[in-house]
Order: sequence, then structure tokens, then C-alpha cells
Amino acid sequence: MDYLQYLRKDKMPHIWCDGCGHGIVLKSILRVIDKLGWDKNNIAMISGIGCSSRTPGYVDFNTLHTTHGRGLTFATGLKIARPDLHVIVVSGDGDATAIGGNHFIHAARRNIDISVIIYNNYIYGMTGGQVSPTTPGGKKASTTPYGNPDTPFDISRLAQAAGAAYVARSTAFHVGKMDRYIEQAFTKTGFSVVEVLTPCPTSYGRRNKEGRGVDMLMYQKQNSIGIEQAKGKTAEELKGKYITGVFVDKEQADYRQRYDEVIKKASKLNK
Amino acid sequence: MEIPNPNIHMWQGNVACAEGAIAAGCRFFAGYPITPSTEIAEVLSQKLPAIGGNFIQMEDEIAAIGAVIGASLGGVKALTATSGPGFSLKQENIGFAVMAEVPCVIVNVQRGGPSTGLPTHSAQGDVMQARWGTHGDHPIIVLSPSSVRETYDMTIRAFNLAEKYRIPVVLLSDETVAHLTEKITIPDPASIEIIDRKKPYVSPEKYLPYQIDETDIPAMANFGEGFRYHVTGLAHDETGFPTNNPEKIKAQLERLNRKIQRNRNDIVEVETFETEDMEVLVIAFGATARSARRAVINARESGVKAGLLRMKTIWPFPDEEIEKIYKSVKKIVVPEMNLGQIAHEVEWATRREKPVVRVNKINGEPITPNEIYESIISQG
Ligand SMILES: Cc1ncc(C[n+]2csc(CCOP(=O)(O)OP(=O)(O)O)c2C)c(N)n1
Ligand code: SF4
Repeated sequence: MDYLQYLRKDKMPHIWCDGCGHGIVLKSILRVIDKLGWDKNNIAMISGIGCSSRTPGYVDFNTLHTTHGRGLTFATGLKIARPDLHVIVVSGDGDATAIGGNHFIHAARRNIDISVIIYNNYIYGMTGGQVSPTTPGGKKASTTPYGNPDTPFDISRLAQAAGAAYVARSTAFHVGKMDRYIEQAFTKTGFSVVEVLTPCPTSYGRRNKEGRGVDMLMYQKQNSIGIEQAKGKTAEELKGKYITGVFVDKEQADYRQRYDEVIKKASKLNK
Repeated sequence: MEIPNPNIHMWQGNVACAEGAIAAGCRFFAGYPITPSTEIAEVLSQKLPAIGGNFIQMEDEIAAIGAVIGASLGGVKALTATSGPGFSLKQENIGFAVMAEVPCVIVNVQRGGPSTGLPTHSAQGDVMQARWGTHGDHPIIVLSPSSVRETYDMTIRAFNLAEKYRIPVVLLSDETVAHLTEKITIPDPASIEIIDRKKPYVSPEKYLPYQIDETDIPAMANFGEGFRYHVTGLAHDETGFPTNNPEKIKAQLERLNRKIQRNRNDIVEVETFETEDMEVLVIAFGATARSARRAVINARESGVKAGLLRMKTIWPFPDEEIEKIYKSVKKIVVPEMNLGQIAHEVEWATRREKPVVRVNKINGEPITPNEIYESIISQG
């Protein structure tokens, strides 16, 4: 396929470092959009702030680069105003689950028809490698020089508990799976989340001696385990493993359907 | 039997605000409950869906203003309403709306501060926050109503100015006006002037979302209309994409501020009362202007020629309007429910040529006519 038809060529080169996984996720998103044959005029891509959140600047859609953590709130207003648009939010782990954590769980609870792709690199890439809510315990960040004392969020489980209609996790290495999950998310009516584990060699890999981007991808390849295979395994056996797969895929009325009922009732009562 | 006039209502200020929003064409509200603004949300939660609009209670005030900006980019006129603590939370995204030039209206029904302060009592302490609450040099428009009817009219005007100048407009009300109930006659809906954002008339290939032209106000395409442009809070050039080019940054930020400065005569509104032969000028706004008017009448009855300038627009500040009338007065009295936020501006506008007497109150009680009257007639 021709990726260039979706890219703003004059905005290249992009800001991402060599070996960064963010571009792999972007390509996957574009492959899915191409496969679905969506009209570029009907796509809105929205983000907060971060390396991952720079994605909208590079794609030829209606694009909105908002404030840190708040992409979902702008997306909520836009989706309600323009239900006909495909609204995609791209976000980092910090953007989505630290500063934007409250918006994330509430968007999931409302089951509003928005797809969120979270580029989870366990670190604040853009600001130089500070600890994030998904940094594993013990790992080093510029603000946890002695190792992270906290336990990380499991983003997919969080989305599941909050009520999302579709939740899946892939690594950046497993592009086939990633394509499939993103396609399922994009075609789902309701709130859909794809968490992609992606390497940040610059701000995370180097400090934690995990090598270059390629090394980090190879590590993902060797240490991923499907959600089905993970069942029945002990916590000890799953230590350091990435559990990937579809966590949730359910049909339920989305925000629009439920609010349209409100509109019906209100119009009758206020005749 | 007499046919009741459908345009006569017994409304509270907050109800008039909600009704004014609907009359202005607002079809989206996002908010988070906070006293003394909540009635605006409650009324719109009932009325908006009945006319095919959308109401949403968000998870906090930051989310509410975010949703409002998103809806406006989708082409729907959008409102949020709050009070002090919530107004503080909204500031970052208000700055986004200024920078990205997205029309929207933010109601701040002032209550006592700082912090949680006095949730059910009146204040006017957010004058400076409304001007400078978000970071960076930026323009803003702030209107302040003194009555229920004016709350209705001014909400409509807030939307019109937001659309015309592509800027967030703050309706700075206060607990007193918001919870005051008055009998009002609203204008016939057909007679109300409604302004909509200027649409691009060029093809999408030629569209520059932040074009610098002779109007200084770029045309605005809504998302989904085929223009596929980029909106960011980062400093950007005419194309909307981020830039580090100092010349381009300067050109855009100057235009951003200029579009309001050069149109200040269209934006600034004041009302004068008994100012022709006055010796004492009272400058007031919001609820306090009601007491000030009474004080002026009382002062005249006791032989002191007082006059009132009531600010309907607070920012841009009505310095030119004050300039025109202050020269011949002996002193200026500025009553306000804060510690002198407007008085300070008045001193600047009048170069401290006249004594500026402050009448301040921050205990949650409105300023009475008598308190202002005393300051008008006192010789000290
Ligand atoms: C309100 C606010 N606080 C802090 C920042 C600084 N900041 C910019 S990006 C970022 C973290 C981004 O990390 P993440 O969301 O994980 O994305 P990544 O850069 O790793 O892709 C921070 C803290 C900001 N822009 N705004
Ligand atoms: S800092 Fe990390 S996340 Fe940001 S571009 Fe570089 S590798 Fe990617």
C-alpha cells in the first residue's frame, strides 16, 4: 500500500528517534485505515502532549494536538458534535494514565465511540525519561535514579474494569496482531483501546541497559505470551512477560445510542 | 381573557444565562457542578436534548472545557459554566482556545475565594484571573452582567463575540446576579442578531487556517468539512503547524493580540448614568453596579452631583470610555467585592490624576448603596 497518501510529506522528517517504536504503531494505524477504505475527510485524529502525541501532525486527516492528558476530553466533545466522524485518539502512557487518567476511565465508562491507541513505552519520552505510571517496579528513570519504588498500572486491565467495549494489547514487534487489534478497535461501536508496548531506546532503554530499539523489539518477541497461554500460569512464571491479546470484546449500547434515547424522551416531554 | 405574552418570564440570572445560550444557537454544554453556577447546567440538561442538542456532565472542569473546544471545532456552539475553583481548573485549556482561536463561552459565576472560599456567597474576586488566569501574553474578552435581563442579552453577545473574533469569551457573573430573580421581557427570537464564524471561501488546497490578512481574523473551517488542517496549542504559522521560526511566531502572536485591540470599540460597552455634570464619578460592574446606581441617586438628592459608569465589558478594559469623562470630576469611587482589582486599573487609566476611593468588601456580603453613598459624599 501507499503510506504516503496518508502522510503530510512536507512535515518529514518526524521528530522520533532512531529505534523509537512510535512509527511502527503509526504504520499499523495507516494500514488499517487503508484497508477499511475510510475517507480522510471523515477521520479526526486527536492527541495530548508527548512524543506519541506528535502523531497527528504527520497524518493528512482532521488533526488536533491538545493539552497534556486531555485529548480524550476534546475528542468527546468533537464526537458528540460530529457523530459521523471516525474519532481516533493517540496517547502515551503518561498522557493517558497519569495526567489524563481520570478522562481515560470516564471515557471508557461512558463507552463513547472513540478508539484510543496508547503507545506504552513505560516512560515519559518527550521530557527526557521521567518515571511514568507504567514504569515497572525497580526500573530506572531520570526521577527514579534508585529504581522505581511504585507498582505500575496495567492499562488494559484498567480499561477493562472501567467499561471499555474493546480492549487489546500488542507489542510493537507483533505487527500482524497489532493490525488485527487496531482494525477490531476501529470497527467497534463504543470505546475501544489498543495498548501497544513500544520501545523508547533513548529515554528508557539506555538507562535500563536494554540496548537499542532493535534489541528491545527482540526482547518483546522473546518475552510475550498470549492471554490464553498465560491463563493458569503463576505470577512467578509470568514475571517480566508481556501478556498480549484481546482482553474485552463486547457489544453494548454506546454513548450516542443512549443519549439519543434521552433526546427522544426530552422531545416528547417538552412538546 | 388576556393572552399571556410568551416573552415575559420570572427568571433567575442563571436561568436567563441558559436561555440566552439557547437563543444564541448554543447546542452543546459540558460542565461539572459547582455552586453558584449549577442551575445553568441543570436547565440545559433539560432543554438541550429537547431541541436536539447535547448536554454532558464531565468528570471535572478541565474535561468540560476540553469537550467544549472539541465540540466547537466540530462546528457546534458550545458553553461551559463554573465558579472559582472550577474556573482555576479550566485555565490551561482556555489558553488553548485562545491560541488555537476556537470560539467558546465560559461562564464564571463568582463566589468568595480564595480556594473553596464561600460557595454560596457573592464576590467579584476573579477580575484579574479572568484577564490573566492562563499563562502567556494573550487577549481575552470578559463581560459582566448586572441584571437578569442583561445576563440573557450578554450571553448571546458572548457567543457573537466568540464567533466573530474566534476567541473564548468569559461571562463574569456573580452569585448575586446569578441567583437574583426578576421579571423580564425577552426580545422576540426573530429579532435577535446571531453572528456565526467566518467560513473559508477558498478550496481546501488553498486554505490557511491562520492566515494573516487585512481583517486579522482567519476564516474557520469546521472538522469534517473537507479541509483537513492541523490545530495545536504549540506556536504555529499560517498553516497551523508548529514552528520555531521567530518571525513567524511573532507575526502570529501579534495578530492574535491585534485582532482584539483593533476591535476594542466594537467589544467594549459601558453605560453611563448622570455623568454630564458630575463631580464624583463612580465606576462599578456586576451586582455592585446596582448598589452604585442607587447611591448616585441618593447622593444627588442630598446635593452631591454624582454619576455612574457601569462597565459591561471588563476586558478589554474601558480605559478610553473612562478617559472621556473623568477629567472634570473631583474624585472617583470604585466599589467592588474584592480588594481593589478594578480600582487599580482605574488608577492606571486616569494616571492617578484624581483620588480613587476604594469601597471593598470580601466577606461574602454585597456592597450596600449606603456604603457607596458614604464614600461619595465624604469630604475626606
Ligand atoms: C500540564 C503539563 N504538564 C507537563 C507537561 C510536560 N510533558 C510533556 S510530554 C510529558 C510526558 C509524555 O509522556 P508520555 O505521555 O508517556 O508520552 P511519550 O513522550 O513517552 O510518547 C510531559 C510530562 C506538559 N506539556 N503539560
Ligand atoms: S524519546 Fe523515546 S519515545 Fe520519544 S521519540 Fe525518542 S525513542 Fe521515541
